[in-house]
Amino acid sequence: MIAHTIFFYFFSFIAIFSALMVITSRSTINSVFFLILDFISIGCLFIMVGAEFLGMILLIVYVGAVAVLFLFVVMMLNVAQQKQSWFIGKKSTHIPSGLIVGVLIFLELLVVIGGWKYKEGIASSSSIIINKDISNTHQLGNVMYTDYILYFQLSGIILLLSMIGAIVLTYRKRENLKRQNYFTQISREKSSSIEIKKVEFDKGVKIDD
Amino acid sequence: MIEIGLGHYLTLGAIIFFLGVIGIFLNRKNVIVILMSVELILLSVNINLISFSIFSGDIVGQIFTMLILTVAAAEAAIGLAIIVIFYRNRGSIRVEDIHGMRG
Repeated sequence: MIAHTIFFYFFSFIAIFSALMVITSRSTINSVFFLILDFISIGCLFIMVGAEFLGMILLIVYVGAVAVLFLFVVMMLNVAQQKQSWFIGKKSTHIPSGLIVGVLIFLELLVVIGGWKYKEGIASSSSIIINKDISNTHQLGNVMYTDYILYFQLSGIILLLSMIGAIVLTYRKRENLKRQNYFTQISREKSSSIEIKKVEFDKGVKIDD
Repeated sequence: MIEIGLGHYLTLGAIIFFLGVIGIFLNRKNVIVILMSVELILLSVNINLISFSIFSGDIVGQIFTMLILTVAAAEAAIGLAIIVIFYRNRGSIRVEDIHGMRG
């Protein structure tokens, strides 16, 4: 139990520190690296609390795909020169209102968490309870491919739509690009492509183009 | 304090949510950091769902965490594509330079 406590505080302090660094660090590339650190420590917390599959998915999907996508965009857009912290520069009117809203949300969440407990003998509305005998992944598969199959397919459609959307948004037509045109290629005929000439002796053929 | 319960995880989720909201408001650099703050907020929601799922013994919270992960990945892809075409058109993605709607 003491190890659980120590690891919880270790990972959660790393997570909070790196979340703080994401929003305050001076260069965008550092923000992306601290975002990766944040995802890794939260993934460790998920594995520790007993949701192994989701912890691993967090590592694979977020650290492996989303964070690398952020890194690619940061590299492509040349934003490293736009270093400007929010401490300096033009005075912003957003900062006080943002702080007020953020602190109020935090206090409300703390009030809700502090004054909250289960009612005695409350019954769960769902009958899908965690079974300790089989692994987490097995259990998720049992539920996801039977009771929640429609949501699963819907999430697949969302991914397809986002893929199509990203391609459509970033596609641009290029000039001076030689492409194969199947219609003109197929509809070529002998009369438009071959010309037969009678070659006289010692004269040669005049090619005009 | 020694026994780690549901409250500890919920507090961690609340702190990360708070940092994400603050990051959206206080940002003066570029829009990519705003997208990262949105990712932080979605991550804190995932912490809440998973801790409730584990501590109340119900697997459904983890299913919805997976759906949130899907939506977050789709949102990051679309948002970054929008940022790329904005940079291509305007040459800058600083928050100050984005004032087409006079917000």
